[in-house]
Amino acid sequence: MANEGVNQGRRRFLTATTAVVGGVGAIAAAIPFIKSWQPSARAKNAGAPVLADIAKVEQGQRITVKWRGQPVWIINRSPALLATLPLLKDRLRDPESQVEQQPNFAKNETRSYKDKPQWLVVIGICTHLGCSPDFVPEIKPEPFDPEWKGGFFCPCHKSRYDIAGRVFQGVPAPANLVVPPYKFVNDNQILIGEGAA
Amino acid sequence: MANFFANIAGWVNERAPGMMPMYRKHMTEYYAPKNFNFWYYFGSLALVVLVSQILTGIFLTMFYKPGAATAFDSVEYIMRDVEWGWLIRYMHSTGASMFFIVVFLHMFRGLIYGSYKKPRELVWLLGMLIFLVLMAEAFMGYVLPWGNMSFWGAKVIISLFGAIPWIGDTLVQWIMGDYNPADATLNRFFALHVVALPLVLLLLVVLHIAALHEVGSNNPDGVEIKKKKDPVTHIPLDGIAFHPYYTVKDLVGVGFFLIICAFIIFFQPTLGGWFLEYDNFIPANELVTPAEIKPVWYFTPYYAILRVIPSKGLGVLMLLLAVLAPFLIPWLDRGAVKSIRYRGRGFKIAIGIFVVAFFFLGTIGAGKTTEWIPELFGANADLTFIENAFGRTLTAIYFGFFIFLWVYTHFGYEKTKPVPERVTTHA
Amino acid sequence: MLESTSIQSTLRTRFVKFLWVGVLAAAGLFSATTRAEEGGGMQQSMTNVGDVVSLQRGARLYFNYCSGCHSIKYMSYARLAEDLRLTPEDVLASFAFTGAKIGDQIVANMPADHAQTWFGKAPPDLSLEARAKSPDWIYNYLKSFYVDATTTTGWNNTVFPNASMPNPLWELQGVQIAHRSEAKAGSESRVEKLEILSKGKLDAAGFDETARDITAFLQYVGEPAVLKRYGVGVWVILFLVAFTFLAFLLKHEYWRDVH
Repeated sequence: MANEGVNQGRRRFLTATTAVVGGVGAIAAAIPFIKSWQPSARAKNAGAPVLADIAKVEQGQRITVKWRGQPVWIINRSPALLATLPLLKDRLRDPESQVEQQPNFAKNETRSYKDKPQWLVVIGICTHLGCSPDFVPEIKPEPFDPEWKGGFFCPCHKSRYDIAGRVFQGVPAPANLVVPPYKFVNDNQILIGEGAA
Repeated sequence: MANFFANIAGWVNERAPGMMPMYRKHMTEYYAPKNFNFWYYFGSLALVVLVSQILTGIFLTMFYKPGAATAFDSVEYIMRDVEWGWLIRYMHSTGASMFFIVVFLHMFRGLIYGSYKKPRELVWLLGMLIFLVLMAEAFMGYVLPWGNMSFWGAKVIISLFGAIPWIGDTLVQWIMGDYNPADATLNRFFALHVVALPLVLLLLVVLHIAALHEVGSNNPDGVEIKKKKDPVTHIPLDGIAFHPYYTVKDLVGVGFFLIICAFIIFFQPTLGGWFLEYDNFIPANELVTPAEIKPVWYFTPYYAILRVIPSKGLGVLMLLLAVLAPFLIPWLDRGAVKSIRYRGRGFKIAIGIFVVAFFFLGTIGAGKTTEWIPELFGANADLTFIENAFGRTLTAIYFGFFIFLWVYTHFGYEKTKPVPERVTTHA
Repeated sequence: MLESTSIQSTLRTRFVKFLWVGVLAAAGLFSATTRAEEGGGMQQSMTNVGDVVSLQRGARLYFNYCSGCHSIKYMSYARLAEDLRLTPEDVLASFAFTGAKIGDQIVANMPADHAQTWFGKAPPDLSLEARAKSPDWIYNYLKSFYVDATTTTGWNNTVFPNASMPNPLWELQGVQIAHRSEAKAGSESRVEKLEILSKGKLDAAGFDETARDITAFLQYVGEPAVLKRYGVGVWVILFLVAFTFLAFLLKHEYWRDVH
């Protein structure tokens, strides 16, 4: 038998090198399989931005548009509703919208574009466990809140949001309703899915 | 760190004490003959292909939609819209053909080295069963893309069952679940191809390897290495541990094999229509038959036998017998010498003729003779007559091989050379 | 027995053996993979799908002359833009005549039932035509139209006799007539030669390039992955060669034990 010491060393080195190179190959081979789970081109195309017509949405009204399989609410808020927003600050969990649930342009009290404050565009999914909340726009006492100033009420676990989609304190939902990226193509059309950062 | 793994191994060993001995029995203390040559790579390669087909198959199932209305589109979806879908698909289609190349070569090794002889008849039978199940698996897999060849191939092959007396027509309708291969057929083939047959295949492969390990591997010299053991260690003198020697050698074989597969997958995935047939890029159409219905290449020899026999019933029977005949080889071959190296010249010639006949039967089944005959015999040649004459002769040769094997060995015509006591190696 | 297991000698003999196997396999594969020509005499298309400019020209030609009747429904405008390196706006403006959106699949302008009425058969979708037939077939088909008073469209084609399709490219190619052989007893006269009767906008070489570009485009449409698989394949094979070599060294090292 040849010199055991040299053989063992070379053997260990070659085994280790082959194992490492083989391992790299195996990982490289796994990548296409893992990537195949990414949204396919068809899913991406289907997830493309959606154009919504808002010409006929009157004050206090809401329309729903589907984008990426989710309900997107477009609401035309009356001045009365907008006036309620400053009054609620101390009852809300995140009144300044610090948590990143909206594009930068919506990081304000109305959670909308500054020049079009009446238009609220939010994804109608509760940030707790994903139910779709009810739209409760009337300013009148409600069974779940005697001082209700209009907003959204989720029937599943009783979370509440104001008319800008900001979540109340003391409810299970942790964050404000999500504002998706969007932009005004013109005064009558909103493109959901694409917008200023 | 090593201590940590040793602790885990100890924990498992305390609770499942049979696992380490099993590892030793099948890997580090399984003594295989040291003279394995080129022909001995194909078993491990078959295992590699099986694993690859299962992995790529699982991922294809994530995107494929079984159903007459959706299948074809979903395959194009995989090829175009799913990220790297084209690669997974080509790996699966190439793997299917490579499976048969590897298995044919693996079976050929068994033929030339007498690996089917006592005490390994069970290994051979299990292997033949694997071959049968593999053919069914491949056939059903081919139907799934629901291309025009998928449909018409299914129609022709399922209709073969109609040749069975009395129950034939009912059977055909029962298999299809409809009056024609249809949505019902596709869905059940999907279930069988994805779940049922792979499970059966896995079981058979486990049994095949277990049966082999019970008696130990044969080798190119056909020498039983267990006859000469070291008196102290009881290890066969001509045996070496499967792990690490053959694991490491098979790794090189796998490397070469993957290079060949990579060439095909990345540079010629259709392989000129042999691995992915052109007619299957047309959606299934019950009203328009492809210009030439032919099965994928690995079925062509058997398809040729079916075609050249004039009667449907007899043709189906002959096809069945052609597939089943190899099951009988351990009992047809009465010779004592295992390896072709020491067998009579008649055996060597017979094997050579058998292989050539099988190959040319394949060319008939593939429709190649339709091209060659006019070239060789002129444009006015009677194509059918020549093809039938050629095919029937080859069919006779094919079955003749089995008959020859029995006559040659049973009546003692074979003149063998003396078999050595110990294995021979190139060195 | 002399120790002759030096790596060099083993490598040399094994390498020569594998070279033979490789050469034979390659020869076999090469001859097996040249597609059977339809009735001989087919010219080679010589397409180059790697040439993006050719594909762009082919796309423009396709949308001008073919997309009126033929859909390529497995292709989306978005994918075309990405692969042909065009902007989505360009693609929609130049190619999409039907007010389509960028993510849409590419359908034909002509409704299928109208086509059925006018031509007797709906023009087939061409997504996979290059894979079902072959690039050479398409190339020759586009070049082989000739006028034929006996058909409903007034056109015929030597590659696909009695196709219910008029020549969409006659303005570019010019008009061809067929020189037929003598009709013998028991067999029809065959077309022996096609000849340009009245010139089109392009000369022979120019039209060859047109046919080639359309063919290349359809070849790409049949398999968009073709743009990617060669590049990936080279790296995969290089890696596998390196790995196999390493594995061989490992094997050789362990097999020193075996005599």
